[in-house]
Amino acid sequence: MTTRREAIKTAARLLVLTPAAVAYFERPTSADAPAESKYDMAKHWWAMSIDIEKCIGCGNCVRGCANENAVPRGYFRTWVERYQAPAYPDEDHPEVDSPDGAFNGFPEKKKDNAKSFFVPKLCNQCAHSPCVQVCPVGATFETPDGLVLVDQTYCLGCRYCVQACPYGCRYIHPEKQTVDKCTFCYHRISKGLVTACVEVCPTGARTLADLKDPKDPIHAFLRDNPVQVLKPHMATGAKVYYKSLDESVR
Amino acid sequence: MKEAVHLVRLAALFAAGFVAFLVIRQMVVPAGFGKYGHFRAGALDDIRARPISYAGHGTCEACHDDQHNVLAKGKHAQVSCEACHGPQNRHAEEPDKVKPVLPDTRVLCASCHESNSAKPKKFPQVVASDHSGGEPCKSCHVPHNPKLSTEKGQ
Ligand code: HEC
Ligand code: HEC
Ligand code: HEC
Ligand code: HEC
Repeated sequence: MTTRREAIKTAARLLVLTPAAVAYFERPTSADAPAESKYDMAKHWWAMSIDIEKCIGCGNCVRGCANENAVPRGYFRTWVERYQAPAYPDEDHPEVDSPDGAFNGFPEKKKDNAKSFFVPKLCNQCAHSPCVQVCPVGATFETPDGLVLVDQTYCLGCRYCVQACPYGCRYIHPEKQTVDKCTFCYHRISKGLVTACVEVCPTGARTLADLKDPKDPIHAFLRDNPVQVLKPHMATGAKVYYKSLDESVR
Repeated sequence: MKEAVHLVRLAALFAAGFVAFLVIRQMVVPAGFGKYGHFRAGALDDIRARPISYAGHGTCEACHDDQHNVLAKGKHAQVSCEACHGPQNRHAEEPDKVKPVLPDTRVLCASCHESNSAKPKKFPQVVASDHSGGEPCKSCHVPHNPKLSTEKGQ
């Protein structure tokens, strides 16, 4: 005859089966299979290279991004900053400005004895993103092809991720009241196009790169040039690689 | 058999709890969750479903090889069509219905070539007001191949 003690033991052993049962109920059925698409996530790992020496600060990327993604005016998924870094013995902080995110380019602003250049910025699609770590509802996530995206239907608009992003790349969409950010034009790159900002960049300062493609020029770019990411000390796994970046850039 | 009753009650309670767990889980976990990671797989399709507005220069070149041939020979070879003409996917899909508005060269050319001390030194720059004095750039330059137009050839 079984004792109560033994029965509880058996029940406890059966607990082990819970995941199996869950897996059974969760098994993919044909109903929720995604629409047939040729895009295979496992074959890509997206990144971008930016050549500071080529950027002319025209703002084409900012306008292109806003057109492509219906970014509300005054908010930016990508923008361009102008750095005016003083030559050595002078003050140690560079002067940085970005009038209207460079939507209309930059008016001339001369600064003597300074190194002036443009720095395009956008989401770094971090491989270990702080924004993903702080989301309380799991609305923002890292995809298998190396992007950080937001599930608009899950986002609460709590702004934790806006604060967590070390690069200031997120904003709360004024109408949807959920967080919005650069998607690397996921709707374009998954169709074989390049992102809108890369498409309209006249000088090739920006290039979309696929690190899993052995033929991609990014590999030569990374090997042959001194390349940096922004805020490397934060170990975010940023995947926007800058060439010829001045040490004053943060 | 007093003890057996205890056991049955306990088992029933356990089973009920387990069923409740499964039912609630089924209800609250969205379809496709966990398929690719700790997120709803459908979110990817939502984001991918967005329509494009820039068709890409490959699309333009398929119909406009005249312009492409001119462009490819000049200094603007690396500038894509839509960098100057704006988003034209709707035109590319229905060229008869949607006709692009041609850009005003006074504004367009200056947006890239207006001189600025932060621009790379090797990029060709002009102070538009001195250089053309308000005349449209296209009266001297051919936009698709910015060398000077032959009629005006100075
Ligand atoms: C399916 C073929 C097709 C594609 C693709 C296409 N076009 Fe066109 N495009 C035409 C035709 C046809 C006309 C002539 C319309 C007319 O003259 O009435 C035209 C005219 C134009 C004009 C001149 C309008 C004018 O006022 O003279 C521009 C500029 C233009 N296209 C730009 C583009 C750009 C940029 C793209 C790439 C996004 C593109 N087209 C893709 C067929 C195409
Ligand atoms: C540097 C900017 C620039 C680029 C790059 C450019 N265009 Fe143009 N394009 C213009 C301008 C400016 C005009 C208007 C000329 C005018 O007003 O007469 C024009 C006119 C046209 C026209 C009208 C007919 C003509 O030849 O004047 C077509 C068609 C056209 N472009 C197609 C294209 C296509 C296709 C591409 C890409 C292969 C392209 N353009 C790239 C600036 C550009
Ligand atoms: C979207 C940006 C963009 C626009 C708009 C643009 N250009 Fe250019 N232009 C360039 C680039 C990039 C080059 C190549 C520079 C280089 O070779 O380093 C160039 C080169 C030139 C050159 C050649 C300079 C040289 O070194 O020989 C001339 C002239 C020129 N453009 C005139 C024009 C005119 C006129 C217009 C208006 C129809 C125009 N550009 C519009 C980006 C642009
Ligand atoms: C009156 C005719 C005329 C008009 C209008 C004109 N250009 Fe020029 N442009 C020239 C001539 C001539 C040259 C060649 C000068 C030289 O090689 O030194 C030139 C050269 C250039 C260059 C190359 C400069 C360099 O350093 O290599 C650029 C860029 C340029 N023009 C842009 C423009 C833009 C932008 C406009 C419109 C705002 C414009 N041009 C309007 C006549 C004109």
